[in-house]
Amino acid sequence: MYPELGQFALILALLLAVLLSVVPLVGAITGRDNLQAFARPLATGQFVFIALAFALLTQAFLVDDFSVAYVANNSNSLLPWYYKFSAVWGGHEGSLLLWILMLAGWTLAVAVFSRRLPTVMVSQVLSVLGMVSVGFLLFIVLTSNPFDRLLPNVPADGADLNPLLQDFGLIVHPPMLYMGYVGFSVAFAFAIAALINGRLDAAWARWSRPWTTVAWSFLSVGIALGSWWAYYELGWGGWWFWDPVENASLLPWLAGTALMHSLAVTEKRGVFKSWTVLLAIVTFALSLLGTFLVRSGVLTSVHAFASDPTRGAFLLGLLAFTIVSSLTLYAFRAPVVHARSSYGGLSREIFLLLNNVLLVAATLLVLVGTLYPLVLDYLDMGRLSIGEPFFNLTFSPLAVAVGLLLGAGIFSRWKKTDGGWLARQLLWPAATSLVITAAALSYYGSFTPWAFAGLLSATWVTVATLRDLWLKSSSKKGRWHGLRRQSRSYYGMVLGHLGLALTMAGATVVSNYGVERDVRMAPGDTAEIGELRFYFAEIGSRQGANFTATYGRFEITSDGEPIATLFPEKRQYVVQRNMMTEAGIDAGLFRDLFVALGEEVSGDAWAVRLQYKPLIRWLWLGALFMAAGGFLAIADRRYRIRDKVAVSEPAAPSAANPAATAGTREVLS
Amino acid sequence: MRRVLLFIPVLLAVTLGIVLFAGIGKDPNKLESALIGKPVPEFVLADLHNPEVQLGPEVFRGQVSLLNVWGTWCPACRDEHGDLVWLAEQQGIRIVGLNYKDERELALQWLDRLGDPYQVSLYDPRGELGFDLGVYGAPETYVIDPDGIVRYRHVGVVNEKVWREDLEPVVRKFREDS
Repeated sequence: MYPELGQFALILALLLAVLLSVVPLVGAITGRDNLQAFARPLATGQFVFIALAFALLTQAFLVDDFSVAYVANNSNSLLPWYYKFSAVWGGHEGSLLLWILMLAGWTLAVAVFSRRLPTVMVSQVLSVLGMVSVGFLLFIVLTSNPFDRLLPNVPADGADLNPLLQDFGLIVHPPMLYMGYVGFSVAFAFAIAALINGRLDAAWARWSRPWTTVAWSFLSVGIALGSWWAYYELGWGGWWFWDPVENASLLPWLAGTALMHSLAVTEKRGVFKSWTVLLAIVTFALSLLGTFLVRSGVLTSVHAFASDPTRGAFLLGLLAFTIVSSLTLYAFRAPVVHARSSYGGLSREIFLLLNNVLLVAATLLVLVGTLYPLVLDYLDMGRLSIGEPFFNLTFSPLAVAVGLLLGAGIFSRWKKTDGGWLARQLLWPAATSLVITAAALSYYGSFTPWAFAGLLSATWVTVATLRDLWLKSSSKKGRWHGLRRQSRSYYGMVLGHLGLALTMAGATVVSNYGVERDVRMAPGDTAEIGELRFYFAEIGSRQGANFTATYGRFEITSDGEPIATLFPEKRQYVVQRNMMTEAGIDAGLFRDLFVALGEEVSGDAWAVRLQYKPLIRWLWLGALFMAAGGFLAIADRRYRIRDKVAVSEPAAPSAANPAATAGTREVLS
Repeated sequence: MRRVLLFIPVLLAVTLGIVLFAGIGKDPNKLESALIGKPVPEFVLADLHNPEVQLGPEVFRGQVSLLNVWGTWCPACRDEHGDLVWLAEQQGIRIVGLNYKDERELALQWLDRLGDPYQVSLYDPRGELGFDLGVYGAPETYVIDPDGIVRYRHVGVVNEKVWREDLEPVVRKFREDS
């Protein structure tokens, strides 16, 4: 009976979403407060019923209710409970439900944390979010019901969760990613609401900013988790494959980064309004496109989800309706008059504009690279594979340019910056970063143009950011006083930029100086990478909860000093009969050692992949820095003061979904 | 006039939508090859087993063959390997292997251990023929008719179902024709 209740809850949520998308909007347009007053209760009700549906699906997984088709396809009684829990979003229907839950959570968060906003604005924003919600609830109810039953032939046991997904990374990666994807819906809704009532002003930008920043922070963490998961779980030691699905998550991130910066300009200087509102629409459109690409199966990818043409068509219809209607609204309503404020050639406005141009260029590049095969196919021009070389060759220069520009832009001033003054500011950072880059290159022992450019850009960002902090924090009352005087949003920016530098340094060093050796080894053999000796001590087997594993023991020494003992495994999963490679990794801040057991080649010899990965952790550490920067920025006082007042009113409890509101709660802390 | 420019994003979105719509429902594993109906591209590649022996498109002459693109680095190739052995040994199908972007030593060990379904094995370490064929990823399997014309392309793993439903009808058709 519980699954039927779940389905019923989804239908009720759909009805509430329909009301939410109509009633407050009508109220806002006709100026009737009694209709607008429905916005918050409807948003809350919608969230409650979606959370109920999600809880019921989770319950079906935890009690092994294999009469539910989705559970039978994605779980197994042997699965440990935490994987049963994460299996809820291990397949199409469940991950869609998670998507919708996130959307309802963000909607609720807007309803709760918007008490200082004009009622008309709140009604419109919540209505727009309700419309998005209607689309996706229709999608799940009509095409992808997670509560479908397998009656009367209930399978005795489930088909098990794909072993690739039985991992900590998968428990947290999709929720983080979806928090980001869906979070951009709030910035989108603010943009649409502003277009409807023609109020594209600094206040609109200020309200949009924290929401955009939070969503962007979650997306950063989500992408980093995905990359980390691919690194240790896919068994190849790669961290980014330019796979269509990875690209689908990178697209909204790039556009979202541009949006964050452009919102800053619109808030502070009241310019770039049309551009910012377009970016807000495009960022959310790219989030939807990402969902579509992953869920429709139009592109082949390592994320081989089952594809279904009806679902693809429905999702595309949804996508088309959302994007075309919002862009049409944009075309009719966006302001075309030039803003009155002026800015000079070296102003901060110009630097941020260039940042936007580069980020949008990068977005287009990834978009074109991802969709190119589809377009060629459509034009009947055959197929051409665009792979890593294309992306590496075209994306890297843009990343380096973003870094170089960023370092200079930090010192620039709003309106107008004196060229000579700027050059003097940049002299020392330039010299310092050249010296550091040269030192790093000589440490790693070889020069390549890419390594030089990437490291220079990363150190340049770091040095410029720290120097700016140093200059800004000088104070007559001492350094400590000066440091404390800086706002949280300033520190957020510093953290974010340092994070970017970390990621760039990590990506550059690991791509240029990582060592990868595929060797044939039998127990007793030794292989070497530089000074590191990998001794294959023994091979053994062990029994896991739902798999049997063959493991190797590798003892790694350097100059006779023991460094690590690694146990790479090959796992055979009982139910799906898949083989999985679990790499043995010795993680360190400055280098990872990576051993993966390949095939048994003959007798007792194995194909073994040994890798030395310098600075690979910096990649993900950088993403965490960026996300932390984002969260710090929205904890800034100017948002807090506004919300302190809100707290004095009784805020609606949002305990049911702490994950969805955790980011926004920071505002109150 | 400036207002007109604002309509550009809508137009772009609509165009993209049409392309995406065309992509729906096409199984990405059934990529039509531009080469279908055309001869296998010219190539000179070494025999995997005998590095001195150079092979060309004549290996496809006279009999319907499957051209299977594989590599030891490709986990899915391992999945289909048993089925290829079954096809070669039980069904008497002539399979030409294209060892793609791989190392000779590893490839030979693999065939040694898992069985060798290939009557002819081409060694293509730099992916030259693979590029000319437009290989999207391994494994891929092509049906080549006795005149060396590409007749069908299958992207992904070959198993019994794929064989029965997709490959066998094509193979039978061209076997009867010849």
